[in-house]
Amino acid sequence: MKASIIVFPGSNCDRDIAVSIKKLTDLEPIMVWHKEISIPDSDLIVIPGGFTFGDYLRCGSIAANSPIMNDVIKKATDGLPTLGICNGFQILTESGLLPGTLIKNDCLSFLCKTVSIRVENNETNFSKKYKQNEIINIPIAHNEGNFFANEDTLKKIKDSNQIVFKYCNQNGEVNNETNPNGSIENIAGITNEQGNVLGMMPHPERATCKITKLSDGENLFKSISEFLL
Amino acid sequence: MIKITNEIVEEHGINSEEYDFILKSLRREPTITELGIFSAMWSEHCSYKSSKYWLSQLPTKNEFVIQGPGENAGVIDIGDGYAAVFKMESHNHPSFIEPYQGAATGVGGILRDVFTMGARPVALLNSIRFGETSHEKTKHLLTGVVSGIGGYGNCMGIPTVGGEVEFNSSYNDNILVNAMCVGIAKKNKIFYSRASGIGNSVVYVGSKTGRDGIHGATMASAEFDENSEEKRPTVQVGDPFSEKLLLEACMELMKMDVIVAIQDMGAAGLTSSAVEMAGKGNLGIELDLDKVPCREEKMSAYEIMLSESQERMLMILEPDKENIAKEIFEKWELDFSVIGKLTDTNRLIINHQKEIKADIILDILEKGAPSYKRPYEINTFDDEDIKEDILINESPISILKKMISSPNLCSRKWVWEQYDHMVMTDTVLLPGGDSAIIRVHGTNKGLSITSDSTPRYCASDPYEGGKQAVAEAWRNLISVGSLPIAITDCMNFGNPEKKEIMGQFAGVIKGMIEACNTLNFPVVSGNVSLYNETNGKGINPTPVIGGVGVVENLDVFSDQNLKREDDFILIIGKTTGHLTQSIYANELLNYKKGLPPRVNLEEELKNGLAVRELINKRFIDTSHDISDGGLLIALTEMSMKNLIGFNINIEKDNLNSYLFGEDQARYVVAVEKHKLEDVRLLLNEKNVFFEEIGQTCKDEIIINNKKIIILKLKEIYENWFNNYLSKAS
Repeated sequence: MKASIIVFPGSNCDRDIAVSIKKLTDLEPIMVWHKEISIPDSDLIVIPGGFTFGDYLRCGSIAANSPIMNDVIKKATDGLPTLGICNGFQILTESGLLPGTLIKNDCLSFLCKTVSIRVENNETNFSKKYKQNEIINIPIAHNEGNFFANEDTLKKIKDSNQIVFKYCNQNGEVNNETNPNGSIENIAGITNEQGNVLGMMPHPERATCKITKLSDGENLFKSISEFLL
Repeated sequence: MIKITNEIVEEHGINSEEYDFILKSLRREPTITELGIFSAMWSEHCSYKSSKYWLSQLPTKNEFVIQGPGENAGVIDIGDGYAAVFKMESHNHPSFIEPYQGAATGVGGILRDVFTMGARPVALLNSIRFGETSHEKTKHLLTGVVSGIGGYGNCMGIPTVGGEVEFNSSYNDNILVNAMCVGIAKKNKIFYSRASGIGNSVVYVGSKTGRDGIHGATMASAEFDENSEEKRPTVQVGDPFSEKLLLEACMELMKMDVIVAIQDMGAAGLTSSAVEMAGKGNLGIELDLDKVPCREEKMSAYEIMLSESQERMLMILEPDKENIAKEIFEKWELDFSVIGKLTDTNRLIINHQKEIKADIILDILEKGAPSYKRPYEINTFDDEDIKEDILINESPISILKKMISSPNLCSRKWVWEQYDHMVMTDTVLLPGGDSAIIRVHGTNKGLSITSDSTPRYCASDPYEGGKQAVAEAWRNLISVGSLPIAITDCMNFGNPEKKEIMGQFAGVIKGMIEACNTLNFPVVSGNVSLYNETNGKGINPTPVIGGVGVVENLDVFSDQNLKREDDFILIIGKTTGHLTQSIYANELLNYKKGLPPRVNLEEELKNGLAVRELINKRFIDTSHDISDGGLLIALTEMSMKNLIGFNINIEKDNLNSYLFGEDQARYVVAVEKHKLEDVRLLLNEKNVFFEEIGQTCKDEIIINNKKIIILKLKEIYENWFNNYLSKAS
């Protein structure tokens, strides 16, 4: 089984995610350059974090128009599991695979820290190994992670149970004070309506290693692995 | 043809003696392009003309050093076939004029110095210094510099893992931005800048050349005055995205056996890279500037040679291998152009628009570069002690509250949370401790990294300050249990033409030499930034030391956070209560006279090696060096993360001197009860002085029965930056 990791100019978490996939799943990570026009036969697509095209235009907007994206959109729409982290989440919203958009953090600066997030939906293929409402600690590192959706879109997201993660504190409380970037309703990660595409701002691949004392991201990869078996 | 007048010569920062030498060597008047080349190469920044004499005395070798000063960066052997490549560099002048771009391109430049040697950068650090917090520009400069550093490093995907921030009035009109980068390479795959092979191609890669940064090196070698802001056009503009592409393209190319030599175009751009590469190889170089990719129209030879546009590299390739390189750079959509060739003439020849714009014998530029042993006078402050009546009879907890929430001792979290410090997933010890630890990817080995300086010590006694800067960097690496290997230095001083400033430089270097020798901690790379003066007023002498060490086994290291209740607290090293030049004296009592604490290097070595042994034998896992603010500040810092406090009893007449004095060669360690006897035995056996002053406890700090809740302190400790910046100035 294979995981295709899409590499754009400016991607910088591509290696990190490959390491986690190799360590925690039965998938073999393969790097796919953004100029390719089709994704090789794979069981998972990953769009890693970074600053594609420098984020000089709206984050993710140029990457969303790269040649490879036609095939990403086609395969994801057909149901292939697709994961976008950080800049990858932004690319997924820019390409229309996920609803809403990510705007500048309300603190107006880049923010890198480990935050607590609450598992809102453990029935997705990415979150099965977590308990419902489990509180996990995962690092964030972004400048534009403030999730926004208009009222109608937000209602749809909620009605179809698309919210997977919300920012909270160690006790699981979700409120303004536990919201690091201003995201609407503390949303940290959502799926599409079908549930096969997940976008999230926190970096699970940075929480898969004992040596850094963070391991709560492991279950995300194990969930994917279990689902694919 | 532009006629070279005396005014033009002067504007180029060339004095009449130097100009006479140019006339004599060329046997004619230089062209304007040639004058520009001389000006850049002989600027203080490129030629080290005032500092060379002193720098050459620094120890540069030990059993680990692969490459010392003189290359793009220093290289040390870290075992298992790997090498660490590192350097620190200043970007002070540009950052004062345009803080975001100045700081950003400082990071960009130091990254290139490291990856040009074949090493993938794995960590960034920065030492930044600003004027006093009430100065009108400080907020603007602080926010600009921090976001500039973050903007570049974050985009590159290299973690920024450590550094220091200081506020002091001596930097009011002359801030310091020193950036350090550490990379890792295979030991047998290091790339150097020495050109070889007559007829080999000179290849330009990276971004296009524009008019930005022309004369940056010359600007960085002059004092500031009221009109400095007019120099904004000489500040380069950073493009981290292009640098990321350049990094990946270089890494890809370096896997092939293609590159003969490579150097980044940093200060003085194409001029210095071409001259230095050919000069090191004792060859000549001929360039055709019509082939240089330009961003702007009608650029003159002068402008092309002196542009400091960023994200560019110069490589020497064998002509039949050009295509391999070209293909890779085209994939990454970067410019690639063969712009010249190596010759056997020892001449730099610049062709542009069918004319020879410059023809200079390289030896004149390089070996003929001026070197001055400038007059110097090493001054120290008078040895005055604080008089009783200045010492306030205030309780330790009340002083602690003031100190922990003061600009120079409060938490730097606001700063480092704006830097991605976790990308690459190898950050074992996060910012905020004595040293960061970065795992060598794919192994169980780590690099410990730190940067440090105590300028107020150097101002009052340059020699002791120089010793102390090196010793403190060493101590920071010891505190985490690593083996300190080598340092890079970034020497920030005022105008070297003044004998007291030159004396500060000389004194600091002499102190550093002694510390480097005793601690077996040589200098492998570095940078000098002089003329850090505005309207005739110099900064505190600031030798920033970047240290690198090795953690053999990542299962065994230490950090500063107290972990358990009922651990025993030991102070290793003698405390006499030295107050003058401490933060307590300087900032709380506003008493700035007197001498800094002396560093006894033998004691330093003995105490440090003992602490390292305690960690390596797993007798302790919690240790912190005692530095700015003294013992009580060190202990309080240790209690913040896990909210584990301490209960100490100190029976001393001069309690506040004991708690806030800054005697050197000291550490705080916390020991579990069942290991206490082992620790005592080892320390006694090594003849190391230590005191047992109390035990750790739950969420409170208790000093001679007076208490405070840690959370209360933590709030004021962590909120200083936010409060400061949210207030309108």
